[in-house]
Amino acid sequence: MRTDSPSKWLPSPFLSFLLFVVWLLLNNSLSAGHIILAVVLAIIIPIAISPFRTNQPIVAKPGLAFRHLMLVLYDIITANVQVAILILGPTRKLTPGFVKVPLDLTHSTPITILASTVSLTPGTVSAEVYPWEESLEESEEPEQRYLLIHVLNLEDEQALINTIKQRYEAPLMEIFQC
Amino acid sequence: MFEWIVSILLLIGGAFVLVGSIGLVKMPDFFMRLHGPTKATTLGMACLLTASMVFFSNTQADLSMKEILISLFLLLTAPISGYMMIKSAIHHKVESIERTQGKDNIEDDV
Repeated sequence: MRTDSPSKWLPSPFLSFLLFVVWLLLNNSLSAGHIILAVVLAIIIPIAISPFRTNQPIVAKPGLAFRHLMLVLYDIITANVQVAILILGPTRKLTPGFVKVPLDLTHSTPITILASTVSLTPGTVSAEVYPWEESLEESEEPEQRYLLIHVLNLEDEQALINTIKQRYEAPLMEIFQC
Repeated sequence: MFEWIVSILLLIGGAFVLVGSIGLVKMPDFFMRLHGPTKATTLGMACLLTASMVFFSNTQADLSMKEILISLFLLLTAPISGYMMIKSAIHHKVESIERTQGKDNIEDDV
């Protein structure tokens, strides 16, 4: 897994690009003045905040990342419809449950992305990552991390774990090469 | 023509936001209530924002792009606020309804 290159003028190129685009979108204009201002901000802000940042893993496969994003967006739409049906249906028939999903990911950025996708996709909300960060010694690596999720309508625990691991975790591992 | 698109998008969006709020009232415990607002409203907001984008791009001279930013920030913040709420609920040992499975998967915090 590679991390951000500590170049002096552009500590994090992606963050700079994001700042540039967000500034232009916020002002809703493409005038020369705003473009110059966006470039200045995109260079100064990452340099100013670089002492506070920890090194983030970079996206090794942008093409795959884009395909994964499309898959997640599609899943968000189906999730909305499914949850709407579950909510409008009889509440008595719902069988909620907590499930622990064993994680193969180790770095916190991919785990955060995975937890967020789980929260946005069908019937699941991520609740916690085990073991507790506070219970670990400094720079100690736990043997196995777990993601605790709450499921609105739990039918088959093992099938759900397999879906999350294959559909969301495997692409993330490939995207970040870890 | 575009008025039709805007109206349909507004209706669909409103319906999804309404369903999310119904879920908030109808569900029996805190953890189940969380599912409505984190998901059912995302698509609703997306529809409302698309409607706003189509409307303002047609009535004003320039393209309206702010809505893309709003939806991006929504997608970023919805899971995180959901996560913060469920984390504090677990910390305070909020009761979940009896038929909840796998309650022993919750570990005590330090």
